[in-house]
Amino acid sequence: MLPLLERLSKGEILVSDGAMGTMLFERGLKSGDCPEKINLEKPETLTEIAALYAGAGADIVSTNTFGGSPLKLAQYGLDGKTEEINVAAIRAARQAIDNRSYIAASVGPCGRLLEPYGDCRPEEVSGGFRRQLEAIFSEAVDAVFVETMTDINEAILTVKAAKDLSPSTPVSASMTFDETPRGFLTIMGVSVEQACKELGEAGADIVGSNCGNGIENMTKIAAEFALHTTLPIIIQSNAGLPAIVDGKPIYSETPEFMAANCDQLLDSGVRIIGGCCGTTPEHIASIRKVVSRRTLA
Amino acid sequence: MEILNQISASLQEGDTAAVAKLTGQAVKQKLAPKEILDRGLIAGMNVVGQKFKSHEIFLPDVLLAAKAMYAGMDVLKPLMTGESLPTMGTVVIGTVHGDLHDIGKNLVAIMLRGAGFEVIDLGKDVPPERFVDEAEKNSAQVIGMSALLTTTMPVMEKVVELAKDRGIYGKTKIIVGGAPLSADYAEEIGADAYCFDGISAVERVKDLTGAK
Repeated sequence: MLPLLERLSKGEILVSDGAMGTMLFERGLKSGDCPEKINLEKPETLTEIAALYAGAGADIVSTNTFGGSPLKLAQYGLDGKTEEINVAAIRAARQAIDNRSYIAASVGPCGRLLEPYGDCRPEEVSGGFRRQLEAIFSEAVDAVFVETMTDINEAILTVKAAKDLSPSTPVSASMTFDETPRGFLTIMGVSVEQACKELGEAGADIVGSNCGNGIENMTKIAAEFALHTTLPIIIQSNAGLPAIVDGKPIYSETPEFMAANCDQLLDSGVRIIGGCCGTTPEHIASIRKVVSRRTLA
Repeated sequence: MEILNQISASLQEGDTAAVAKLTGQAVKQKLAPKEILDRGLIAGMNVVGQKFKSHEIFLPDVLLAAKAMYAGMDVLKPLMTGESLPTMGTVVIGTVHGDLHDIGKNLVAIMLRGAGFEVIDLGKDVPPERFVDEAEKNSAQVIGMSALLTTTMPVMEKVVELAKDRGIYGKTKIIVGGAPLSADYAEEIGADAYCFDGISAVERVKDLTGAK
């Protein structure tokens, strides 16, 4: 298999997978539990999920390591198991997909606010991510996906830690934007333009957006990314905002609806397309169809 | 008073050291602590809240302003013991059981404190009983609950039920907020109000408690 960045540079469009949390909740994860605990207790569930996404046509499958920073794991008293938790997730995914798809190690926010807004020193945040990433790089991964970031400084620290520990591993950095009267901004006030500039300078190979409130806003966010970066763009949208029916979240955007908006995303230059909260293997299969149709055309 | 405007302005800039220093100077000038609080710190926080609401400034600015506000309040607190704390009312607040997100809840606590309310912050992952226990213990007028996860929202309904069982429902008002919530959901579970953001939380709490 060609390296991931090489395929992107040849103009190929890659499909990444859908939600992890949504799949875990369907498989018995209780609200309030640590989503990464399953890595140690029932890794076969992760193998099953990875197989479903690869089977749906995902070129890139991500690992259940979103909350794998020891700072985050400490909220559940699991920081002592940082290494085991991260390694187990990668091995479980690898078992499902062999070498048919790429494995991207997911890295999400550490759950603490950096100084001066919060009480966490940059060295603490960076040190936590380094520990997580050292565990990740002890296994074979094809990329690191830094995701759902809202604080540019935390995102930069994470990208730099990854690039420092493994310069040749591609790093994707994506942030979550809200629509405001002043344009698309993260909750911490980061614009798309600032994200493009500063994440690029930090060494990210791929930049973009994930999560959010639906694929229609993502088409606007993607267009803005295209204006401000020459790096490949990644977009992983939520299946809309959830409505609560009988105490359970129901995401409004169907596989068909998301697929219908794919062309617009791809037209604006998106090179990696997948899903976030609420998306399932069915969503990915629909997206796969659109991408394959364009590739053949 | 010029110094009160300076306190307000420094608070809006998030200048913690300046707010602490100016508050100390205002005390030396024999201004009443309540006046320094209302027309300096709270006035400044009010501007911050409005600017945040209109997207002129962002979460980091609010967090810095709040730090500055607390620095000023720390100067005033020792002077206010003995006399009863000037408060608009008491609000017990927390993020519901199972939910570890607390930025939104912290923001509401900041805004309420900034508006002069006494806020008892129970933190995150708060079990239903604690909301009601603490509300009773502190004779709170309002219970505020936050949830950032769709899966933890149903806990809010448990708190409402518990408030009914204990006979405080109606007397103690219940407000809810958080990204996945809506006014419809608040109504469905029997909460008194849904708050979209920190500023609207202050407005709803004022409405519900009759505070001016």
